[in-house]
Amino acid sequence: MTQRVYLFKGFERFWHWTQAALIIFMLLTGFEIHGTYANFGFERAVNYHTIAAWSLVGLWVFAIFWHVTTGEWRQYIPTTDKVLAIMHYYGSGIFRNEPHPFKPTSQQKHNPLQRLTYLAILTMLNPLLWVSGWLYLFYADWAAWGLTALQLQWVAAAHTIGAFLTLAFLISHLYLITTGHKITSQVKAMVTGWEEIE
Amino acid sequence: MTPKSNRVVLMACLAGWLGLTSFGAAWAQEPKAVKLNTTADHSKFKDLQREFNSGPELTKVCLSCHTEAAGQIHRTKHWKWEYRNPDTNQLLGKKNVVNNFCISIASNEAACNSCHVGYGWKDASFDFKSEENVDCVVCHDTTGNYKKPSGLAGNVVTKDMEFPPGSGKILKAIDLSKIAQKVGKSSRDTCGSCHFNGGGGDGVKHGDMDSSLAAPEKSLDVHMDASGLDFTCGTCHKTASHDVAGSRYTPTAKDAKGAHLRGASDNGNPATCVSCHGNAPHKQQARMNQHATKLACQTCHIPEFARGGIATKMNWDWSTAGQRDANGKHIEKKDAKGRLIYESRKGDFVLAENVKPEYVWFNGQVNYTLLTDKIDATSPVTRINTLGGSPTDGKSMIWPIKRFGGKQPYDTVNKTLITPHTAGNDDTGYWKNLEWNKAIEVGMKTSGTPYSGQFSFIKTQMDWPITHMVAPKDKALGCIDCHAKGGRLDGLEGIYIPGSHANTLVDKLGWGLALLTLLGMIGHGVVRLISRGKAQGETK
Repeated sequence: MTQRVYLFKGFERFWHWTQAALIIFMLLTGFEIHGTYANFGFERAVNYHTIAAWSLVGLWVFAIFWHVTTGEWRQYIPTTDKVLAIMHYYGSGIFRNEPHPFKPTSQQKHNPLQRLTYLAILTMLNPLLWVSGWLYLFYADWAAWGLTALQLQWVAAAHTIGAFLTLAFLISHLYLITTGHKITSQVKAMVTGWEEIE
Repeated sequence: MTPKSNRVVLMACLAGWLGLTSFGAAWAQEPKAVKLNTTADHSKFKDLQREFNSGPELTKVCLSCHTEAAGQIHRTKHWKWEYRNPDTNQLLGKKNVVNNFCISIASNEAACNSCHVGYGWKDASFDFKSEENVDCVVCHDTTGNYKKPSGLAGNVVTKDMEFPPGSGKILKAIDLSKIAQKVGKSSRDTCGSCHFNGGGGDGVKHGDMDSSLAAPEKSLDVHMDASGLDFTCGTCHKTASHDVAGSRYTPTAKDAKGAHLRGASDNGNPATCVSCHGNAPHKQQARMNQHATKLACQTCHIPEFARGGIATKMNWDWSTAGQRDANGKHIEKKDAKGRLIYESRKGDFVLAENVKPEYVWFNGQVNYTLLTDKIDATSPVTRINTLGGSPTDGKSMIWPIKRFGGKQPYDTVNKTLITPHTAGNDDTGYWKNLEWNKAIEVGMKTSGTPYSGQFSFIKTQMDWPITHMVAPKDKALGCIDCHAKGGRLDGLEGIYIPGSHANTLVDKLGWGLALLTLLGMIGHGVVRLISRGKAQGETK
């Protein structure tokens, strides 16, 4: 028996899809800047990447405000409750049509494994990208900021590592959203806000 | 005042005003059609309306008005051909350095010194204090008729003469009087009469200076553009007291001072780009100015040199000189475009047009291998000059250069470079006799360098910073010229170029991670599909 639960509010969905588009666009332009392939040409790729970066900064300002004022930040408080059960589910239960051990509610949208993943992204991957990206962008001001010992290749390597981790996240994310009640349940939830669960 | 006196005053004023305007109208018809940039018309000077039988004869007349000019010239490199670099203490100047083109002037003065701003420097006995031997006209000619033929030690021909004697070739006389009556400011033509021909021919030496700059199009040089800004050499090489600014021996590699302020006492070299454009010349993009903290302007704004249709020499191999044909005559070989690529007198040349420069870190310090320096014959190439610089010294910028290769004689015992006697209508000059032994012996004696009698050929290299032939901004290099694999600055140490210098370890690990994630997801999905199918089958 399936039931519907309202998980993602309007702003949340707007945030998610805008951010998804920006991140994918930045992966595309970023790897072009990196020299992996050619599409826009280096100069335009740099300009687009920079515009997208500042757009993402703007989006984040709104997203942070939203999370703080609505109290939704609590969705990311880590917990180890049921983590093993969920890992067991993805490792074997899913293949035997066992029910998912976690039932999302509007109070707890993310299962504990998602919470840990998003918290790690928030506290480790994003700072890595933001800090290295900003340093990259303001390379001309390093001397004025007293960053004389910093090397561009370290910053570039850090930013590239962040990009690869983001790419790996994107790949796994795109797969894992098919593991809902039906293959399309989770993507539908992020479009309409309503998720079908068992 | 009475009405009558009022009327008188009014009439007087009117008369005065009318008179003034008619006077003004008379003047308005007078000005020349062309705005002159001089206050003296030399054709009106009686002293110049006569025949001159030699250069010095004319110079004396110049100096009768310009009394201090010769003294000013005497202080310059153009006169002395000698310069002590204050940083390295090396004694340089054309008189002392050796290069890998025509090699050196010692014993070849009569030929080489046709480019000296003087008359009669044929050997060491030349009087450097002589005022009348200063050549004023070579820089101030405006007619284009002034010629200083090679072989005459800088002297001019005032009566038709056969030269070399017995050759049947006639050197035509020039009319010094006419030339003197039309003197003016220096021009691209006057400077170019020597500087376009460095290395013994048009465009040979520099690559960024040749006769195409006499009247260039905008695409060749945005400043000298003959139908545009029309800069002369002196517009940048701003000259005071006859001392021309800008130096090959102590170049300004990094001009940190910014644009010059008129009259400021600490204005430096006025010939740098920065002295006019400042250190933040890009109005649109801050990122470009950021690039300009490490890149010389020339690096992006001179995409290629030798762009004017005249080839420059890129390599000169003296070791193959001396071949003769079956009749014992000198040989010349030309390429498909009719350009000389071999001469018995000089050996093999490699020529090139539209050349992409090499790029180096350069801090303005140039060290020369002089005749007094020992060379290491085992090293793959001997550097005739070495440009100082590094990414970390804080004084260097990335500069475009022409890297000129050569192969030239050296003393195998004393381990020194050699100054051969090349030019000269005598029985030791190499260009006439094609015999190295005699030519080297005489040349070394003249330059005062010990010679063991043993010589061989050694590979040499000279670096020439590129600074002319500045392209319009739409022809400057784009990002992609460097920010790509195999870009122009590939291999230059001390810089990380996004798009060109990716960290291969990070790349390998990163793509590995992405691939593993993808495979993991696909694997998981496949197992899911199969097991779901099974489970559904079982429930049926």
